[in-house]
Amino acid sequence: MGLKIGVLAVQGDFAEHSKALVGVGAEPVEVRTPEQLDGCAGLILPGGESTAMSLLIRSAGLEQPIRELIEAGLPVFGTCAGMILLASRISDGREDQLSLGAIDISVRRNGFGRQIRSFESDLSVRGVDGPAVRAVFIRAPVVEEVFGDAEVLASVEYTFDGKGSLRVPVVCAQGSILVTSFHPELTDDLRIHEMFMVMIERSN
Amino acid sequence: MESQHNEIGTARVKRGLAEMLRGGVIMDVVNADQAKIAEDAGAVAVMALERVPADIRRDGGVARMSDPAMIEEIQAKVTIPVMAKARIGHFAEAQILQALQVDYIDESEVLTPADEAYHIDKWSFEVPFVCGATNLGEALRRISEGAAMIRSKGEAGTGNVVEAVRHLRSIVGDIRKITVSEPEELFGLAKIHQAPYELVAEIKRTGKLPVPLFCAGGLATPADAALAMQLGAEAVFVGSGIFKSADPAKRARAIVEATTHFRDPSILLKVSRNIGEPMVGIEMDGLETKMAERGW
Repeated sequence: MGLKIGVLAVQGDFAEHSKALVGVGAEPVEVRTPEQLDGCAGLILPGGESTAMSLLIRSAGLEQPIRELIEAGLPVFGTCAGMILLASRISDGREDQLSLGAIDISVRRNGFGRQIRSFESDLSVRGVDGPAVRAVFIRAPVVEEVFGDAEVLASVEYTFDGKGSLRVPVVCAQGSILVTSFHPELTDDLRIHEMFMVMIERSN
Repeated sequence: MESQHNEIGTARVKRGLAEMLRGGVIMDVVNADQAKIAEDAGAVAVMALERVPADIRRDGGVARMSDPAMIEEIQAKVTIPVMAKARIGHFAEAQILQALQVDYIDESEVLTPADEAYHIDKWSFEVPFVCGATNLGEALRRISEGAAMIRSKGEAGTGNVVEAVRHLRSIVGDIRKITVSEPEELFGLAKIHQAPYELVAEIKRTGKLPVPLFCAGGLATPADAALAMQLGAEAVFVGSGIFKSADPAKRARAIVEATTHFRDPSILLKVSRNIGEPMVGIEMDGLETKMAERGW
């Protein structure tokens, strides 16, 4: 078996991430308790509802261990709700919302609008060769600001209600942290997960 | 206009939201205050309706789509997805709910059916639909009409989990039988289930329903949620069970924890303690109306 990669499994589409990890030759471990983080070479925070995930991370006693692992340089990949959890600033969130502060971006929850505005699009992502990446955005967060050491690897053009067409970042990275506003786990394209595996290899 | 082509309302986008709700609890709420309690307790979505099923049973009469103003108040109060119900076959109610931008429409047997022959053509909408089912054939017929999520029906408003268990076992059991069938048997199975052959063949190939399978109807305790999850549900709807109980906030929180940790009896034990009186349940024999028999 390949490297053990934890997938936070308190709520959300963790099963799709596990499937993608198997596809890139890794061994997924569902994480619901702190002990399950032991021996993981990386961690994925999946899509889901970030408010519910915040509560469940805290009640499971996972907040502190995850913070410490990020501090120690553990590679972490967050999609959608996972991106919100990893961002250093959340606008429009709840006051008690968990913010791990792992990447220097500011995000707005549901920034693309309600479900009726959820969409798919073809993107080019820096570091991903070949055809465009089909990106599925579900009530996705919008990255409003990128600062510090965070870099933008992909962006999308989108017509926002009342603001017109804007280009906004949708894939960002900083050190060993990778975040996407969309859900690479919902398609069969494994290239973003492969990119995360390369980040893990480089961090060792 | 965007330089690249952004596509809305695709099957993947519709089913995608259901995928995001997995492992979560969707709670029935009748006003903005209840919606806030639900969100604070960790609900992944709320179902906005004027009367919970227990009250619909008590009051009788025709149950219809809720007042849009009431749904709007809830949309303004919470950041999690807001769902709302339309009557079976009532596509005009669904059009209104889509214009309101609810996140999911439940074409629901809890409301009085509007059409005795046809369900809504759900493909013609951009907002996704969830539909109830008592067995696999019914689930596949709803999926072929465009449903992006299936919930086992159970018997809403009873606080009695027995029908939810029956429906879930029936759906999951029939999926399992398809996966071990020979290819030539699939045509006969499609006929038995009165379902499209392509969907039966897809189950054979993937081993699961083409859309997420959630459980609803009669769940009232953390143990009920854990039972549904262990039987194969991917998330749970709790209706009357929360706000008809003595301490809704505490019970809601306990059911959220139980749905995440459904295989961990030590956590189930912890969250089941001292959560106040549950709703009073009803035996199936005492029911005048079986809501699950609505739709086909």
